[in-house]
Amino acid sequence: MNMGESFPILTVVTFLPALGIVLLLLVDKNRQLLVRNVALFTSLVTFLVSLFLYFKFDPGTGDMQFVELYSWIPSLGMGYHMGIDGISLFLVLLTTFLTPIAIWSSYNAVTEKVKGFMISILALETGMIGVFVSLDLFLFYVFWEAMLIPMYFIIGVWGGPRRIYAAVKFILFTMTGSLLMLVAILALYFVNQSYTGVATFNLLDYQGIQIPFNYQIWMFLAFALAFAIKVPMWPLHTWLPDAHVEAPTAGSVLLAAVLLKMGAYGFLRFCFPLFPEATIHFIPLFSILAIIGIIYGAFVALVQKDVKSLVAYSSVSHLGFVMLGLFALNMQSLEGSILQMLSHGISTGALFLLVGMLYERRHTRLISDFGGISKVMPVFAAFFMIVTLSSIGLPGTNGFVGEFLILLGTFRENWLYAAFGATGIILAAVYMLWMYQRVMFGKVDKPENQKLKDLSLREKLILVPIVIVIFLIGIYPSAFTSRMEASVAKLMETVNEKYRVEEVMPQVQPRRDFQIDESQLEVSTHSFGGGEIHRGQ
Amino acid sequence: MLDKVWLVLLFPLLGFLLNGLFGWKFKRGLINLIACGSVGLSFLVSLGVFLDLLKLAPEARHFEKVLFPWVVSGSFKTAFSFLVDPLSALMILVVSGVAFLIHIYSTGYMHDDPGYVRYFSYLNLFTFSMLLLVLADNLLLMYIGWEAVGLCSYLLIGFWYEKKSAADAGKKAFIVNRIGDFGFALGIMLTFVIFGTVYFTPILERAPEVLQYGGAAATAITLLLFLGAVGKSAQIPLYVWLPDAMEGPTPVSALIHAATMVTAGIYMVARLSALFLMAPVSMLVVAIVGGVTALYAASIGLMQNDIKRVLAYSTISQLGYMFLACGVGAFGAGIFHLMTHAFFKALLFLCAGSVMHALAGELNIQKMGGLKKHMPVTYWTFLMGTLAIAGIPGFSGFFSKDEIIWKAFSSAQGHFLLWFLGAAGALMTAFYMFRLLFLTFHGKSRLTPELEKRAHESPNKMTVPLIILAVLAVIGGYVGIPHLLGGGNRIEKFLEPSFGQVSKAVETHHSGGVELLMMIISVLIALGGVYLAYTFYIKKTELPKKLAERYRSIYTLIYNKYYVDEIYNAVIVQPLKFFAIICWRFFDVIVIDGSANGLAKLVGLIGNLIRRFETGYVRNYALGFVVGVVIILGYFMLR
Repeated sequence: MNMGESFPILTVVTFLPALGIVLLLLVDKNRQLLVRNVALFTSLVTFLVSLFLYFKFDPGTGDMQFVELYSWIPSLGMGYHMGIDGISLFLVLLTTFLTPIAIWSSYNAVTEKVKGFMISILALETGMIGVFVSLDLFLFYVFWEAMLIPMYFIIGVWGGPRRIYAAVKFILFTMTGSLLMLVAILALYFVNQSYTGVATFNLLDYQGIQIPFNYQIWMFLAFALAFAIKVPMWPLHTWLPDAHVEAPTAGSVLLAAVLLKMGAYGFLRFCFPLFPEATIHFIPLFSILAIIGIIYGAFVALVQKDVKSLVAYSSVSHLGFVMLGLFALNMQSLEGSILQMLSHGISTGALFLLVGMLYERRHTRLISDFGGISKVMPVFAAFFMIVTLSSIGLPGTNGFVGEFLILLGTFRENWLYAAFGATGIILAAVYMLWMYQRVMFGKVDKPENQKLKDLSLREKLILVPIVIVIFLIGIYPSAFTSRMEASVAKLMETVNEKYRVEEVMPQVQPRRDFQIDESQLEVSTHSFGGGEIHRGQ
Repeated sequence: MLDKVWLVLLFPLLGFLLNGLFGWKFKRGLINLIACGSVGLSFLVSLGVFLDLLKLAPEARHFEKVLFPWVVSGSFKTAFSFLVDPLSALMILVVSGVAFLIHIYSTGYMHDDPGYVRYFSYLNLFTFSMLLLVLADNLLLMYIGWEAVGLCSYLLIGFWYEKKSAADAGKKAFIVNRIGDFGFALGIMLTFVIFGTVYFTPILERAPEVLQYGGAAATAITLLLFLGAVGKSAQIPLYVWLPDAMEGPTPVSALIHAATMVTAGIYMVARLSALFLMAPVSMLVVAIVGGVTALYAASIGLMQNDIKRVLAYSTISQLGYMFLACGVGAFGAGIFHLMTHAFFKALLFLCAGSVMHALAGELNIQKMGGLKKHMPVTYWTFLMGTLAIAGIPGFSGFFSKDEIIWKAFSSAQGHFLLWFLGAAGALMTAFYMFRLLFLTFHGKSRLTPELEKRAHESPNKMTVPLIILAVLAVIGGYVGIPHLLGGGNRIEKFLEPSFGQVSKAVETHHSGGVELLMMIISVLIALGGVYLAYTFYIKKTELPKKLAERYRSIYTLIYNKYYVDEIYNAVIVQPLKFFAIICWRFFDVIVIDGSANGLAKLVGLIGNLIRRFETGYVRNYALGFVVGVVIILGYFMLR
């Protein structure tokens, strides 16, 4: 392993925000602008530093890069082990990209206890990055739990009227899963010790052992519950609308954009490589839950009266796509899922920002309180339209690439899953355009709406980078997929030997035996590994 | 020029970006220059491409240009890359040409609109998207263009977004199209699974060997793709968005909802002709959907009183003809009709716009009449368009429509019933178009006095495009004179390389005599329609009313467009909304949150119960202690 990396860049990126907290502690809390600027500056520097990760990243390998490995508590086998691959790279970048935007967006929105707020956000950022770069399960768990605290405060202190209910619900749901995960981590630790005699929490060390199938099932479920709540998968999603509606804008942005991704990331990083046979065993269950999530989330979004909760339910639907792609387990579906995670982060983050901008002006989020806003805020209308379209998955924007690859990959495994999943594309257009119409179109018939100011320069500058990324992913996605490919291939190799053979080698000309006739249309359903995997012992 | 084909796309895109981003600062003249100039340049490049292609030998007319990679994932590869062949070359010429004329026209028509820049930037974006759709050399890139034209359609239908009906119509168009696109997307996926690629050239080349003739795979792919075409080209059962799309500005109806975008479905089917030919069942479905739509939409057109709605149903009907042609394997005839239709239908819509312009937006033809004297240019050009669409010999529509009706009868996949659908539709077409003409321009004026005074001919910016289109509507058919009449049917010969062996597969075996007979019949049918309209609306003007009263129920049924919108609403929209509310109010709130909160309550309840034991009295604790001891001792003693 590459221990001697000259520069511990991951540690720097992870703890730069924490350093910002130290700086903030030195600032007088009454100098609000300075507090805000310090926080913004810190997060911007973090982003710039994290960009090195993208440029220095070697797309040619699926191994961990920028690895840092130090002993921490040797007697228990806990290490300080960090590293990223093509999967976590973009999630780290997503975090560092959106945090400054979230901070800048709250310049006017948060006016009380500003210092506490900024400290919470920066602490959250450290926690989030830490989750994505940890390769030691204990370290991972520390970040995973530590991150909940600032989020709890952000919702509970700076949130809306029902903030306490929402914050407690958020914590209880998440903690329930986390505790089971902790048990599973410990189980894994002891199983590993009994096999190898080595006490370690190092993730990479675990991947070599063959865990018996019946153990795998239980550990998979324990991890999966924690992650599924976070995603959130249907029917564990009801904490999300409450948390989103009550959280302040910056909180909603980071919650939707980054925190939800941790669930899906957890499946990719832990469940799949550690419990491959259990993963394959659970494909039907999770695929079907994902599809229910896609359709159910969309339907419920359709009838929401509050814009924020509409967006929250749309997240349930979009993350259903992510989960569907994960459990199709081929190159297109996995890359699609990772892209969809980024896209959802960007688009939904932007939607929350836009809703927040409206809220700052009107102090309401009820759809029925608006109407005709296009007339009074044309620049806002343009941004809102672009983001809406990206959320709908219009080709040429980010939303399309991920969704399409997910469905394509899923189609290869099970066309019926893909067909059901694809109805989500229709439904997304229905609920988003209907919402857009009710908020933006029509006559300005409410006197309060007549004098709304269009976007300020700050607000435009917040949205412009997002729009750029929307089109960047939409038009040149290979800048992203090319860096994922090796890592995804490696993951698939771990899960199933068969897929490596088919995917990494460029596919040759379509063969005659590839032809599908009546009987074979059904056969295109799952054919994972055939006999080599013993199911349901 | 072939190598520079991407310039065709670049100019409108630049136009969109310039006007879209900075247009609010620009003066009118600059906006016009950018908007019209970009499309004009695009047309010139298209012309250059077309001429260069003509210079090549027919079998060498195939050129691909790759710009940069797009979605790449494992073995799935797509790029921004373009295909120039006779089919796409002809299409870019028609699209950019008609678009250019309509841009010019719009500078007059939209003159006083506060959303002037927004209008032109959308129109440029549309032109770009449509050209992208046509030039794409793979299915996924076509899909970008496909959805992007849908977006522009949405934006332009809802252009006057303060009007609820306009915003509703835009949304409806987008959603109904999405239903079609659902099929298109799945079709692309299945194509990839079976062919391992989504590029047209290898798909079409290998279709005969990879697919089994009439096999499930071929049928499934083509039917899924056809679902997309049904949505975009407004066929049964997804046509419902197109009549509502008339809420948009009239030049938009002309360009998007008549001449170009709605023909994308036909283009796609024609582009994948080799694939469709492997699936006879799908071909039959295409032909039947097309034929039935042609007749059905024409029947609705008979009784509409809104000038634009008549034209909208007419568009649906004419698109049905094009699908009928494709369905019987006469792809060349379908594209030929697509071209002539683009000319005469754009013309008719622009004339309707000119009428509205003169009458302050009046749409009801029952309130018009006698406009001939006020607007001679509009009248004469409208007449040309009407003659063309009605299929009067010598005008463009005659050649293309007759070709379709003949192929519906004579081709290997044709059938007498398909011919009948087409022929009956032709009768109705001639009738409703001349009804429209007579009610609008002939007879006594039924205008209000204010409108009577206001009525005037439109400015040159608007009439010049009308005249150019009228000329095209008349002569456009001469590129496709059938062999029977001594022509060489040059357009079908030109398109032949794009359709490969197709045209030979549907070669007819009827003698010239039969063809001549059928041609005479269809001319008689068209003249019959004109005669009927003349009787009804010029000679015996009281007749329509009498008939309507006599056949009340049929009249109401058709007048209300067979209540299809109402049925869709009751059967699909409302139940789904109800389902959504159940999901939310019942499942989310009561079941899930109820059990989560219930669990919390349960914990609280148990806590409360246990708290009872914590009384603070020592005697209670002592009692508990004794009971415990007794139980434990008892357990061990009795074991």
